Amino acid sequence: MNDALIFGWTLGKILAIAVPVIIAVAMYVWWERKVIGWMHVRIGPNKIGPFGLLQAFADVVKLLIKEVIIPTNANRFLYFAAPLLSVIPALAVWAVIPFNGGGFVLANVNAGVLYVLAMSSLGVYGIILAGWASNSRYALLGSMRSAAQMISYEICIGMALVTVLILAGSLNFTAIVEAQAGGKGLFDWFWLPLLPMFLVFYISGVAETNRLPFDVAEGESEIVAGFHVEYSGSAFALFFLAEYANMILMSFLVSILFMGGWLSPFQGWHLGWFSEPGWWWLFLKFFVFATSLLWLRATFPRYRYDQIMRLGWKVFIPISIAWIFVAGLFRFFGVVTIGH
Amino acid sequence: MKKVVDYLKSLLLLELAAGLWVTLKYLFKHKYTLRFPMETIPRSVRFRGLHALRRYPNGEERCIACKLCEAVCPALAITIDSAPRASDGQRRTTRYDIDLFKCIYCGFCEESCPVDSIVLTDILEYHMERRGENIITKPQLLAMGDRFEKSIAANRAQDAAYR
Repeated sequence: MNDALIFGWTLGKILAIAVPVIIAVAMYVWWERKVIGWMHVRIGPNKIGPFGLLQAFADVVKLLIKEVIIPTNANRFLYFAAPLLSVIPALAVWAVIPFNGGGFVLANVNAGVLYVLAMSSLGVYGIILAGWASNSRYALLGSMRSAAQMISYEICIGMALVTVLILAGSLNFTAIVEAQAGGKGLFDWFWLPLLPMFLVFYISGVAETNRLPFDVAEGESEIVAGFHVEYSGSAFALFFLAEYANMILMSFLVSILFMGGWLSPFQGWHLGWFSEPGWWWLFLKFFVFATSLLWLRATFPRYRYDQIMRLGWKVFIPISIAWIFVAGLFRFFGVVTIGH
Repeated sequence: MKKVVDYLKSLLLLELAAGLWVTLKYLFKHKYTLRFPMETIPRSVRFRGLHALRRYPNGEERCIACKLCEAVCPALAITIDSAPRASDGQRRTTRYDIDLFKCIYCGFCEESCPVDSIVLTDILEYHMERRGENIITKPQLLAMGDRFEKSIAANRAQDAAYR
């Protein structure tokens, strides 16, 4: 009885996070099409539902009722395992993301940052397997590019995380946010002492999620659709879901690690309600970063493959290593105040 | 030295910021999208759309089966048969078919017509749902002319000075 209750409670909590994430993906797709449309001096989807809000749901229904076509020489097991392998980590990551200071988090584990790193690394297996199992040259090229890119940029992300960990002194997301509290408003957050790392993390995050301008893995103009070129219907929908869930996650991570999570930008300035921390600040920051990803997509052309490698290995990693020392010095000499 | 300065400049992402600024400005610009079924752009009086056969005000059809349009048609889209009309023996068409798939909407038929019978209207929104519907026949063409005579005549009148 007791076990069943705990099971049900946990399942309820998982659904309370996973279902909103999936709905958020749908709304994010709509928002992407709107924002990019506006930047192209178009108006974007506006027919289905008010302001076209239901467009994404119509697309989901369309994808789900389509046939899943399996290439003749595909490895059937891996072919179907690949989309699952990419969507499960993308949803599982949300277990450790805290939404407010009151402990609204599925699992407040101490090594949350490590868990996120591990899960986002797992996601790359889905992409590699998708490219390999579908037995297509384009798909294989796309997955190889994607693997190289993800490995390179995961290092940058890891390094950027190390600087945050040095300052915060914890691997727990809640503790990292609390370490950014203080009386100087937004200048207490980690983006200021770690400004280069903030940019490195953000740009690497864009690369990690295979978004423009780092979308060589898809590269529509070169290799059609990259790793998921042979996928259709619901299998493709899963890749789509994983990509957008990862983008949303990356926006949340940047907000939490560098932008003070649910802390108010006016904290300690005694502006009444405005200075109070709350989930709305986290969602506001998430919204800003999520929109900026779309802004990047509307603005920049795709990087060439060797330029991506150069940026990762010859620019970001040296800067990251240098800034780890700087962060260590900050911490040692007490330049940055941690917490209250 | 220049190399170092360039490197530092690239680290500041100035060019990227400039690009982002451009797209940001476009985000708030007036949008050019035309909400098509509800809005249409103004159409020239010389617009060459769907065909029609006109009549005189007294109801007599204009076409005299001279077959100039059939001869001039570069796409061979027009097929005409003619015979003396049973009632008064006048030369009239018994068949006037236009294949809309062949037609290239060049307007030569209209130019060649000595009695302003075959015209191209400014209608561009039409479709076919079954095979064979691409060939429009004489009754259909005359019906088109009857239905849109007002706008056809108005467009011809506006353009008359330049013909």
